[in-house]
Amino acid sequence: MVEHTGIRVVHRGGSKINFREPVITSDSRFLLCGSGESVKVYSTSTEECVHDLQGHTDLVTGVVLNPSNHLQAYSCSADGTVRLWDFTDGILIKTFIIRYHIFSIHVSEKHVGVLFVVVPMANEKGSELFQLVAVHLPRSGDPEVEVGELSAVLCDVSPNPGAVSFGTGGEYIAAAKGLQLEVFFFKKQKSYRFSLKSGMNKGINNSFTCISCHPKEDCIATGHADGKIRLWRNFNQKKEYTYSTLHWHHNAVNTLRFTPEGTNLLSGGIESVLVQWRYTQENQKDFLPRLGAAITHIAVSPDGSLFCTSHADNKITIILSSVKVSAIIQGLVKDDCVRTDLMIDPRSKALVLNGKPGHLQFYSLHRDKQLYNLDIVQQEYIHEQGVDQFQVVKAAFDTHGDWLATVEERRQKSSELEINLKLWSYDEQTQSFVLNTTVTAPHEDQITAMCFSPSPETTLLVTTSLDGHFKAWLLADHSDTEESASWSCDFVGGYHLLKPGCCCFSADGSLLAFGFQEVVTVWSPTSWELLTTLSQPPGAVRDLCFGRLSCSKYLLGTSTKNQLCCWNLLTCSLEWNTPMDVSLLQADPFSENMAAFCSQSGSTDLFVFKPSEPRPLFSKKALCTGKVERAIFAPRDQMLESSEEYSQWLNRSQLYFLTQHMDLMTFSTKTEEDRLLASSKQLMVDDSVAITPFYLLLGRHKQQQQEKQELLTNPLAERTPLPQGSIAIKELLDTPAHVLPSASFLCSMFVRSLLVSSSSASCQDAMLTWGMLLPG
Amino acid sequence: MGEFKVHRVRFFEYMPTAIRAMSFNAHTERLALARVDGSVEVFNFADRYFQEKVIPGKDAHSIEALCWVGGRLFSAGLHGEITEYDLENLRPKYSLEAYGGPIWTIISNPQGTHVAIGCEDGTVKLFEVLAEGVQFERNLDRQKGRIISLSWHPSGTRIAAGMMDMIRVFDVLTGDVGGCKSRETVVWTVVFLSDHTIFSSDSAGKVQVWDGHTGTLVKTHQLTKWDVLALSVSKDESSVVAGTSEGTVVQFQFIAPNLQQQEKEWVRTRTFKNHTHDVRALVEIGTAIVSGGMDTQLVVRPLLEKFEEKCFASGLRRIHFPHRNLVSCAQKARLLLLQFPGQLELWRLGESDGHGKPGDILPLKTKPEKLLYLKRKGKDHICCSALSSCGGWLAYSTVSSVRLYRLQTDNNISITKVLQSPGCLGMWSLPVRTMTTELGLALHLPVTLKETQSKLCITLAIPFSHNHVSLFQLHCMVPMYSSCPSAMGIHPTTNNLTMVHADQQIFEFSIAEKQYTVWSRKLQMQGLHNLWLNRDTPVTHVTFNPKNPDQILLHDMYMFCIIDQSLPLPDQKTQFYNQMTLRSLSEQERPSHLHAFKVCKSFQDLMCMRLLDDQSLVVVERPLMAINSQLPAPVRQKKFAT
Repeated sequence: MVEHTGIRVVHRGGSKINFREPVITSDSRFLLCGSGESVKVYSTSTEECVHDLQGHTDLVTGVVLNPSNHLQAYSCSADGTVRLWDFTDGILIKTFIIRYHIFSIHVSEKHVGVLFVVVPMANEKGSELFQLVAVHLPRSGDPEVEVGELSAVLCDVSPNPGAVSFGTGGEYIAAAKGLQLEVFFFKKQKSYRFSLKSGMNKGINNSFTCISCHPKEDCIATGHADGKIRLWRNFNQKKEYTYSTLHWHHNAVNTLRFTPEGTNLLSGGIESVLVQWRYTQENQKDFLPRLGAAITHIAVSPDGSLFCTSHADNKITIILSSVKVSAIIQGLVKDDCVRTDLMIDPRSKALVLNGKPGHLQFYSLHRDKQLYNLDIVQQEYIHEQGVDQFQVVKAAFDTHGDWLATVEERRQKSSELEINLKLWSYDEQTQSFVLNTTVTAPHEDQITAMCFSPSPETTLLVTTSLDGHFKAWLLADHSDTEESASWSCDFVGGYHLLKPGCCCFSADGSLLAFGFQEVVTVWSPTSWELLTTLSQPPGAVRDLCFGRLSCSKYLLGTSTKNQLCCWNLLTCSLEWNTPMDVSLLQADPFSENMAAFCSQSGSTDLFVFKPSEPRPLFSKKALCTGKVERAIFAPRDQMLESSEEYSQWLNRSQLYFLTQHMDLMTFSTKTEEDRLLASSKQLMVDDSVAITPFYLLLGRHKQQQQEKQELLTNPLAERTPLPQGSIAIKELLDTPAHVLPSASFLCSMFVRSLLVSSSSASCQDAMLTWGMLLPG
Repeated sequence: MGEFKVHRVRFFEYMPTAIRAMSFNAHTERLALARVDGSVEVFNFADRYFQEKVIPGKDAHSIEALCWVGGRLFSAGLHGEITEYDLENLRPKYSLEAYGGPIWTIISNPQGTHVAIGCEDGTVKLFEVLAEGVQFERNLDRQKGRIISLSWHPSGTRIAAGMMDMIRVFDVLTGDVGGCKSRETVVWTVVFLSDHTIFSSDSAGKVQVWDGHTGTLVKTHQLTKWDVLALSVSKDESSVVAGTSEGTVVQFQFIAPNLQQQEKEWVRTRTFKNHTHDVRALVEIGTAIVSGGMDTQLVVRPLLEKFEEKCFASGLRRIHFPHRNLVSCAQKARLLLLQFPGQLELWRLGESDGHGKPGDILPLKTKPEKLLYLKRKGKDHICCSALSSCGGWLAYSTVSSVRLYRLQTDNNISITKVLQSPGCLGMWSLPVRTMTTELGLALHLPVTLKETQSKLCITLAIPFSHNHVSLFQLHCMVPMYSSCPSAMGIHPTTNNLTMVHADQQIFEFSIAEKQYTVWSRKLQMQGLHNLWLNRDTPVTHVTFNPKNPDQILLHDMYMFCIIDQSLPLPDQKTQFYNQMTLRSLSEQERPSHLHAFKVCKSFQDLMCMRLLDDQSLVVVERPLMAINSQLPAPVRQKKFAT
């Protein structure tokens, strides 16, 4: 088999933005957070991603502002480097190579040219002990600098960055681990350790979880696993130290932060409530409840005007200092498992999967942004362990995106399984799905598969269940009555009381295949006639897929006993089969290609092939560790023109898959990367003004005005750009509506971009019009 | 250890009363404590918090405040009198009407020359302390509304007074008034610090810090929704503690907010929760915070940062029961005499002829039966009582008189007063076995022990004939020992005196030979086991096994112990609590593991333990749960998830 180096597996979108604490810039305009292998710069007002600072080759484990230059930021990563960025322009300034797996980074204004990073004690990834080391940055002009000098400050610290904090003016550093708090004074070079008595025998876990030092006074706030907050004072003495206790959280305090003036203390935990304590008047507190999910980090802008909280559901909430939510940056919500398949909404081309409990999320892969959540269960979710609640387990779209079918189920220990089948119709006016029909208990047992008929004439939904039946649901038209159309059961079928595991429609909707354990049955959905049965024992059928386009005469099936079979439906015979343990078979809706993920000895291999021939177009061994359970072909917004054979299958669509660790991965080709690189260069604007879409419009205009001056002097140098390729049009169409300037402003530019300016005079006219419009 | 039939008595409904006021004398390390029923207790903090003295209360004589002036103890209450106590004879020395209506507070100046009282009529009265008593000196400016609390400035020139809605600062020399105003509250306590900072605690749940020069509010700490009833300042004025109605004690510390700077401010720091009810009285004694309140227990919470290492004083102590006996037992007649402040109850124990395995509950043939309810005469509360072992005689004493009764309990119960004489028997009482009088009666009599300084002498008080009391000075003195004896008993056959002290040391003194016995010397040579010495509560009773003269029976609140003098003494390495191990060993191995101390902890909250003549044990328990359930409901607090 052939291995191709031109295609890489990359993280693209959907990475965690709540992994580490975000940073708000000193002018409160941007928010920086590590996201997978890059650092993202978001605008705090528009929630838009302004820059994606790429360069790290492993997980980014911390971002801090450069204390000596507020327009720069350091980021550290598990790849053993610290990088210095100019985040306003998105430029990598320097790379410091440390060669240790870095877990977190801390800086202080007092220690110029020194970074504090947490690295493992022994230079091994599996090491359990961590130390805080000071990194003296060498002064060198090179973009890549090797750092030699590391000096240990504290041994045995927690790798959690929230458990280390700098004190007043950087005079001491406090670190907590387990039941011990350690304070190290830089001036005296002396550390004090304070330990708490274990409350384990009383059933209380009072270990430290997080720490924050008061910026003006010598007071350390520590959060504890039992929900208490302790304020430590007088900690420069071994015995006479003292602390007071605050208690509101009923569960572990995840994060603590003092505001820059030290007047307030912010804390958050699983209750998803931001608590604001008044310093020295601790019984006065403000709450910001219903933030949606457990708070994992809190950050405060250096001027104290903005707070932001990271949440467990991959969300960052930006909060004004008046404790009001101002913006929400939502990443892809990834629970510990995805119950629904990955789907593509045919209308918005968004990736659809279950997100928040009881919701379906629509996620734009191109913009790496969650579009919206659809509440499927429509019941309040109770944040408590051990409560069984309805979960969305299946969802399916029809070909045009007019209908969405969802299945939710709840299994309680003592009672029976509750299943609801819901059908949602797309409402053009509200631009969202509206519940049309709810079927309670559509089957007596779990629904194993569900699909819509792709045929344009009928709207037909087929569900299969472990109760041994499959059911066909039809949209019954009540045109004679007032009621709108609703869904009802049309046909119930089965095959020898076997349990159906999967179902699949052919591309034109004329055939319907079910996998009844070892037997594949092919039915006609118009007459509900059993056309043929195919079987290739041993092993139950796991997945079924009809071929498409030129290969539509083939039906592919995978079985649990490591078989991949291809039947020719014209001859009703086996065309070919190969022994493969296919965990997932996915057909590309835009080509004949199929992708098969095979799990082999703990890792997954990918084969892309056409059903007509048992020869892979593309194969990749050891794609990732663990089994791949979910994958999807997503359409490209722009076709690639790759001519190389091995990457042609990626021209029209892109294959995304979820790994065992819930990372969304995809494949990128060389041409694609080239294009990306080009666009990032294009965005590199040499100006101190931040690049917002608004700026791009205005700034370009400025440039063009300058050009105009040049044109007047040298009319021959003028170029005539094609309207389609005009950047102004692209920006206009790509930019979200809410960040665009007013229509009157844009109108002239849009019109101008359409004009084919043949002479300098016409250009001048356009400019004059523009100049007239601007004051209005 | 042997097997016993045990009478597990739980019908003694002893109910301690709430703690109202406390005062600590740092010089002598004595804590005086006043309860709501008017009794005053003195604890010796140098001697393992031993309850040294108890002065019983009196009807309609409640105490609102206590104060020490040197070694003298004064109290004042709503009856409007100042009382000084005779700490030698454990009785009030005199009472002086203050003519200001009910007195809310009494306080002495740091120099020990004057006491000031706050009265209902709004006056602060100064009394000069003289050798023989106190003498009224003058009134400070009279205010509207009662004076709830007072605090002297350490220099003695100014007094801060907490009133309704108001704090006043009086100049002691001129009587001038300055004021700080708070709103619609009762200022329960004020504390005047030497830098003229005034702390006040009030009924609005606030602790406020005032500048005493200007009368301006510096800082408010809202501690609770309920009252803050008590405040206390440490001697070095670096810490102030406040007790609230929620049962919490909150500490404020004088701390520099920036470690490099000298400037300090008061910061609320720790919170201790050791009480379920109001904390009414609070003292910060330097190494510990002592608190007491409505839930009747005295809690000594050590400040661990003041201790270099673990020691007896670094553990939390809760004192629930008095360190003396409230139960007497007639071993022959199987009777129990239960002592309450206002009455005596006589019970006959139940009987059972069943047999069973160890741990079984035997069926009762006859139920325990209350024979007698004897109300005391007069206003004074009972301070001690005794019952003879034959059950024929009953005696009790108040601070003013001793009464002796003849009892008949055989068929028809009758009681006849034999004797009434003025005088007091003090708090110590224990029955001595035999004394033959001229009448040929075997009388079992209370013995009064008095601990005077360091000598110990034993006085026998025998109500001899019908109309007079003879006092016998016993013919020997026991060598002095630094710690107070908590229990003692004279052996019926050998006439040896066994004494257990508050520091848990045990001595045996032969009265005949006037010296310590060989066993006692051996015990002192070898030393007691650390686990024995580190126990919390003092031994409150010593008795002997009439069948086995080697056995001494002791008990404290949490255990009872049989000391077998014939067995080897345990050294530090031997397992002290070895009853479980012994049970698992075979008969042959057992003798090698035996040692003299046999401790049983199966009975908790012990008030009394006696061995009857038929070798059955009587154990009187008073579970703390039962006491807590009889307390009034605490202030309602919102509990999470309820």
